[in-house]
Amino acid sequence: MDTNIANSNLKSEDYFINMGPQHPATHGVLRLLLTIDGEIIKKVEPDLGYIHRSIEKMCERDSYQQIVHLTDRMDYLSSHINNEAVCLTVENALQLEVPERVKVIRTIIGELTRIASHCLWWGVMGMDVGALTTYFYGFRDREMINDIFEETCGARLTMNYNIPGGLMFDIHPNFVKRTKDFVAHFKTKIPEYDKLLTGNVIFQKRMKGVGILSKEDAISFGASGPVARGSGYSCDVRKYHSYSALDKVTFNEALKTEGDSLARYEVRIQEMWESLSIIEQLIDNIPEGEHKVATNAVIKLPKGEFYQKVETARGELGVFINSTGTKNPYRLKFRSPGFSNLSLLNHIAVGGKIGDLVASMATLDLVIPDIDR
Amino acid sequence: MDLMKVNKRAVMTNEALQNLISSWNFELEFTEEGSQFLNISVKPESFHQLMSQLKSNNETYFDYLFCVTGMDWGKELGVIYHLESTKHRHIIVIKIKTDDRENPTFDTVSDIWKTADFHEREVFDFFGIKFNNHPNLKRLFLTDEWEGFPLRKDYVDEINMVIK
Repeated sequence: MDTNIANSNLKSEDYFINMGPQHPATHGVLRLLLTIDGEIIKKVEPDLGYIHRSIEKMCERDSYQQIVHLTDRMDYLSSHINNEAVCLTVENALQLEVPERVKVIRTIIGELTRIASHCLWWGVMGMDVGALTTYFYGFRDREMINDIFEETCGARLTMNYNIPGGLMFDIHPNFVKRTKDFVAHFKTKIPEYDKLLTGNVIFQKRMKGVGILSKEDAISFGASGPVARGSGYSCDVRKYHSYSALDKVTFNEALKTEGDSLARYEVRIQEMWESLSIIEQLIDNIPEGEHKVATNAVIKLPKGEFYQKVETARGELGVFINSTGTKNPYRLKFRSPGFSNLSLLNHIAVGGKIGDLVASMATLDLVIPDIDR
Repeated sequence: MDLMKVNKRAVMTNEALQNLISSWNFELEFTEEGSQFLNISVKPESFHQLMSQLKSNNETYFDYLFCVTGMDWGKELGVIYHLESTKHRHIIVIKIKTDDRENPTFDTVSDIWKTADFHEREVFDFFGIKFNNHPNLKRLFLTDEWEGFPLRKDYVDEINMVIK
């Protein structure tokens, strides 16, 4: 009797399982439809829209000041940078020059936001691959940044500190001191992160060679941020399309060429060092002056099309505004980094195991409201 | 890689790009629209050929498609493509339009840039614009039973939409 199943005439069928929308590793309401053969993944199909609020349609009826508040609810871990993107688009369209003080404060808070986002990512990513302690370490340090934000902006997550023309109000008197304290504190903590997780043999085995993305594919899939830079694709918007006070500072773009999960991990760790260095260069030199310039109460953009890109913690966020000269945009499009980064998940997960999919997804650092705008 | 060198490399100006692309024998319309980028409107028939040439030509080399926007101009429907070259770092905007609101159809570019797969599905979902030869054209965010295309200007939903 022939016992070899592969050579037998037994009928075989694809096996589907759902991952999400309530799976902890999807970090939100993302549903993945997996086609598997035993433990091996044959296809990953994301099913989106569980929290789609149609922010783009809402923007068409809102004023430009109101739109800023909606962007907090996209990538909530980069809320300050999202706000900045809309403000920069409006300011460029109005040809409004904001004071130097505003630019520097925006950049400092933007980099603090990036560190806070990477802290959270580091914590939950460790948890995804079975290292529970990282969660508490990451959140402990992120809490310090949130406290600084709370004092200056009045909010910890959805900040709304930027307005077209500048900042809602000036920084808190404690801001400079507390930021410096944080930088000094965090410099001793990143080596601790490395000691705890980066060098861990089990962790290395989970990450190395998993979810490999080549540079050509990264560009073709429209990847950006640390995902693309882990594949050696130099794409930092802060370098190539500099905005705010980023042209006044020197920093290195974190680049790795391996393209695997570990490379994406190391890029983010490196980015935290670079952000600290940017903050250090600016924090003692915040120029004196006004914290905003006056704009009309009703902002009307000139007729035309405007585009602005910024680098959030996840990659390139683009704001496209088509204006007909009224107080609302005729069409507003957000090019969100998570959406493009998600599209390559199928490509890097096929052929791997389900456990590897979790590791790959953790290093893509998806925030679902950023995808479901 | 020396990053500063890339940054300082001379970016092709909009005029230089326009001169080069207009020598390619396509029926094109160059517009300004108050944008900082060069805007090109192209007929749907020659759209796919233009796009593949924009990517393959060594002087333009637009290999990074970063934004695909569905548009409803009121009478016309269309799509706006933002392209960047990772080699030369210049940016260009391509537009296609059609009057056909019942069955708007363009060629897909998902065979040229893989990212177009998802972006075109999003445009299909919200604008009802179809893409020829797309590998998997179905709704991405909304359910399959959803009626209408919400980001069109004539979309009506009396229950869920607050009109000011």
